Amino acid sequence: MLMASDLAVSRAHRKVVEDVSLALEPGVLTAICGPNGAGKSSLLAALAGLLPAAGGAVKLGGRGVSSIPARERARLIGFLPQQADVAWDISVATLVSLGRLPWRSVPGRPARASRDADRDAIAKAMTAMELDLLADRPVSQLSGGEKARAAMGRVLAGEPDWILADEPLANLDLSHQQALAVSLKEQANAGRGVVVVMHDLAAAMNHAGRVIVIDRGRIVADNIPERALSREVIENVWQVPCQWLGERGARALAMGQLPA
Amino acid sequence: MRRLSLLLLLALAAALPLSLLAGRAWIAPWADPVPHATTILMELRLPRGLLAVVIGAGLGGAGAAMQGYLRNPLADPGLFGIAPGAAFGAVMALFLGLASVPFVLPAFALVGAGGAMALLALIAGRTGGIALFTLAGLMIASLAGTLTSLAISLSPNPFATSEIVTWLMGALTDRSWADLWIAAPLTLAGLAVLWRTGPSLDALTLGEQAAVSLGVEAKRLQWWIVLGIGLVIGAGVAVAGIIGFVGLMVPHLVRPFTDRRPSSLILPSALAGGLLVLVADTICRILPMASELRLGIALSLLGAPFFLALLLRLRRELA
Repeated sequence: MLMASDLAVSRAHRKVVEDVSLALEPGVLTAICGPNGAGKSSLLAALAGLLPAAGGAVKLGGRGVSSIPARERARLIGFLPQQADVAWDISVATLVSLGRLPWRSVPGRPARASRDADRDAIAKAMTAMELDLLADRPVSQLSGGEKARAAMGRVLAGEPDWILADEPLANLDLSHQQALAVSLKEQANAGRGVVVVMHDLAAAMNHAGRVIVIDRGRIVADNIPERALSREVIENVWQVPCQWLGERGARALAMGQLPA
Repeated sequence: MRRLSLLLLLALAAALPLSLLAGRAWIAPWADPVPHATTILMELRLPRGLLAVVIGAGLGGAGAAMQGYLRNPLADPGLFGIAPGAAFGAVMALFLGLASVPFVLPAFALVGAGGAMALLALIAGRTGGIALFTLAGLMIASLAGTLTSLAISLSPNPFATSEIVTWLMGALTDRSWADLWIAAPLTLAGLAVLWRTGPSLDALTLGEQAAVSLGVEAKRLQWWIVLGIGLVIGAGVAVAGIIGFVGLMVPHLVRPFTDRRPSSLILPSALAGGLLVLVADTICRILPMASELRLGIALSLLGAPFFLALLLRLRRELA
């Protein structure tokens, strides 16, 4: 269980997250939604233990997330930042293998077992993200969608209990967005905790098991998608008149006033 | 990567004995016999050759680590202000007329390097952030450069001025075993520290936040980098003066032959750096010039066009 109680996060002396209390459970794809500047990324980074809490606490399995040794925390929580920014033109296979860094020289694990485990985890992650054919391709030659898959492959290779991803669906075309969302759901179904910042409300509505809406640093809704992303909430938070169309699992958001 | 390192090691093993033969007076079976050949080989050329390898290895390895740490192919180990700090320390020894006392000049240089490292840690060490750190380094480099100029302008006599200016150009002329004993252990210790940071530098490939999420402790990494670069660069400047561009050029030349992870670049860059400086120093020695071309100048003459070509390529890639 990943819990935040009365969490506050500051950036440049300004509170960007305030009074956030939530309990996240594994096995559920949780989406964090909110307008620009609402504090989504800050909340996610604080949940991952990457930003210090200015107030309150984040606990993972009962332990304060900031008190878990860095390498152990990295084995428990896989984090995907918003920018898939790769400094060197490494190959896809090398990129994915970086996900194993937290696993090097784990106390009590013989070197050989650890090499085998690394190889297996990398192979599994490559297959899960359909990267096998791209293994030797330099990252500079990947399309946006391929890059996003490779970045997610890196996170999966670490075999974390929790996956926290900051807008992994942004900049993807529809089919890749759909494929990545489905694979995130599969990760959740496999028992992992998956928390994803999503800009696309329809994707959150269709794929998430739970949606947390934040606005100006505070939680305004936390429920199943149909309730958290109800028309009233969206109109209140995003200030846009809108309406959900379609069936459950394949909904689309129509914005603007519809003719009566 | 292992094959590359092995190849470079073999090249180094072949180049070192060959470099010992070369000089104003060739000591070789086909050349005229040279008086005191054994002394020239053992007391002049061997320590000089080994020193070239050690200093080049330090610069190459430090350059690879530095580029990895700053995530920038244009980074050079001189950026943190440690080399100018060490140079200022050495210049003070010359300014005060203490340079003829054994070990005083290298000791002053190491104190200068240590001072620059301490200042760097004091200004930027709290946050672990890389941008502030780089700016602090640039500030220290400029401060040390200014103080060096001040020392030159205030120097007590023209001899001291000329001594300082010549020393700043960087060279391996007339170096002895004593210099090697100062530089080698410190450089190797520094390289070992930088080698240890390899996996963290690999994680930094993905950016600072991703690296921290992979278990890198930013502040601790910064300390290790300062310590490693400080040892390597401080030791190098202490015995050879400022030798630029090696730390920039070598990782570039080596990178295409590796998987491009910073960690797999450090060792081959160290070996290639050793080879480059050894060859460059040997060429300086045999060039038919009235006085020997200074190694620092030779490498800068080679490095500047290289840097320009690199910039033009980057510009093309960004366009």
